[in-house]
Amino acid sequence: MSQEALKVRTMAEVAAAGESVEVLFWVGCAGSFDQRAQKITKAFVKILNHAGVSFAVLGEEESCTGDPARRAGNEFLFQMMALQNIQTFDSYGVKKIVTACPHCFNMLKNEYPELGGNYEVLHHTAFLQSLIDEGRLKLKDGGKFKGQRITFHDSCYLGRANGIYEAPRELIRKLDAELVEMKRCKSSGLCCGAGGAQMWKEDEPGNKRINIERSEEALGTRPGVIASACPFCMTMLSDGVKNKEKEEEVAVKDVAELIAEAEDL
Amino acid sequence: MIVQQIVFIVLLLATAFCFTKRIAFIRGNILSGRAEKLNDQPARRWKYMALYALGQKKMFKRIVPAVFHFMIYSGFIIINLEIAEIMLDGILGTHRLFVSVLGPGLYGTFISIFEVLAVLVILACLVFLARRWVLRLKRFFGREMTRWPKLDATLILVIETVLMTFFLSMNTADSLLQDMGYGHYHEAGFFLVSDSLKTLFSSLDAGTLVFIERFGWWAHIVGVFAFTIYITYSKHLHIFLAFPNAWYTRFKSSGKISNMPEVAREVKAMFDPSYQPEENAATPDRFGAKDVTDLSWKSIMDAYSCTECGRCTSECPANLTGKLLSPRKIMMDTRDRSDELGYFIKKSGGEKKEDGKSLLHDYISMEELDACTTCQACVEACPVSISPLDIIIELRRYLAMEESKVPSEWALMFGNIENNGAPWQFSPSDRLNWKDEA
Repeated sequence: MSQEALKVRTMAEVAAAGESVEVLFWVGCAGSFDQRAQKITKAFVKILNHAGVSFAVLGEEESCTGDPARRAGNEFLFQMMALQNIQTFDSYGVKKIVTACPHCFNMLKNEYPELGGNYEVLHHTAFLQSLIDEGRLKLKDGGKFKGQRITFHDSCYLGRANGIYEAPRELIRKLDAELVEMKRCKSSGLCCGAGGAQMWKEDEPGNKRINIERSEEALGTRPGVIASACPFCMTMLSDGVKNKEKEEEVAVKDVAELIAEAEDL
Repeated sequence: MIVQQIVFIVLLLATAFCFTKRIAFIRGNILSGRAEKLNDQPARRWKYMALYALGQKKMFKRIVPAVFHFMIYSGFIIINLEIAEIMLDGILGTHRLFVSVLGPGLYGTFISIFEVLAVLVILACLVFLARRWVLRLKRFFGREMTRWPKLDATLILVIETVLMTFFLSMNTADSLLQDMGYGHYHEAGFFLVSDSLKTLFSSLDAGTLVFIERFGWWAHIVGVFAFTIYITYSKHLHIFLAFPNAWYTRFKSSGKISNMPEVAREVKAMFDPSYQPEENAATPDRFGAKDVTDLSWKSIMDAYSCTECGRCTSECPANLTGKLLSPRKIMMDTRDRSDELGYFIKKSGGEKKEDGKSLLHDYISMEELDACTTCQACVEACPVSISPLDIIIELRRYLAMEESKVPSEWALMFGNIENNGAPWQFSPSDRLNWKDEA
């Protein structure tokens, strides 16, 4: 991997220079702070840099969308975060947003419009696919993942909530990889266990952790890579694969990381 | 004949009376929920109902039960055409009235179709009983599947089988009596199934055959009357409610949580002191739901539409991993509580509205609610357009905003979001640190 410095500007810097950008990259809390998810953020930025996309981030001005608060029942906190973020978007005249987090994506796309925040919102897999379709991102033939067995885990908030099943799969196919499906996939996909604010608390008593159940299913496809498109699924599946002591043989990677690696970015 | 006619008319009116009363009771329970406007886009709603209720689109995700269920469903709808004739015969004291309208050729064809469907219904009911009690499919069991739900499911299948048997034995006896040219048993055409069943009864004399025919006729129709009332106490109510429940479906992404305008107004006023809420903006007594009456009327109709098939629970990640949460239980609890409260109010003559119990805590525990990942697998799985998730979220809202009863880690997470703008304890100024780290 090359170590070229990442070219990232904030919306404040762009506005101060009197410029504008094509798209706002909403990094999300996981993408900003979680060490594993930061790698996804960097991989996505490398692709954006490589494709010459003009974008900016909010940096310090970004705040939680309010997803875990709302799903845990705290509507007040959610409304506060939403209103604050909408004010920030509107102060920069934001029109188009891309994010690598399906939870943020769902909030911005489906739950902000009712509160007055109307933007074109894209998940990074759909955005990457559009870059390829428009010829702005060209993938090499026969990259690193050629012929590898890759299984894709559907994030609930990307799949069931927003019907995005094909964009991430198309990207995996473009790597000349062999896409293998789990039995529970697409609209029947099994949750990783993180959604609905479960990420922030211990499980209720039961006989198994959800992420172990899902990781076992993913490992059952004998993959070289388990691909995901959500930073929370990433945490859950990585933990599951480690629990099964398979982390040496099976990598858990975000679709953006697969593309960045295949392109030697 | 006149005595039979009177008895029939009395039974018919009694059934209509009891059924109407039951429907009015259930309707009242449903309408005791909060208002929610769900009658926009009528064209889209009719289309959705045609596809998901009439066409049973979601059922076909699991092909084996779908095929057998379709046999019972089409049997139920088509054989009910025969009920029209039975009703008229009963009231007018006639016998197979439609023969004179259709002629024996066409009439026989219709009866033959009904008979084939009756055989398919019996077959499907037996397969379903076997799936339940021989194969013991996992989704038919579980904590909420106590004595009554299991008995209810069995009764429905047994009653349907018995009703179809009466129908077939009545036709077989009738066919033999026609052959004999006995009494008023006039030529009514060729009945496909009962024709081949004739050998069973061939040694019987005319008197016994008349008894079998009359007994089959009365047992069938009285059974249908009784079953009609039974359905209103049973999970089998889905045969009616699946249709309106589909029509009134919420056209939104299953991952989108409904907005709370009353909270939005308060927060807007906090941000902007000059903000004036629109007039007539109603604020409910409590945030979220503690009892069934705090739920949207659609959620209560969801509960009465539930047929306890367990597809939701069989796909719920929390339930699959041994947690208490079961989306089917959420629906069954909502229905049971709605019934309980409805009976209480009725008993008090409508004077008392609260019995000191509630859906939350008395029926559904925090442990169940806290385990939900909001993955929407239950919503996706339901063949009759039910959303257990909406009820879970409303109950969580009450817990969080009215009772402040949330897991301690969630309280910390709320604090972090409020203070740092992130669910973890990181400073906003560190948001871009990833940029410079190798």
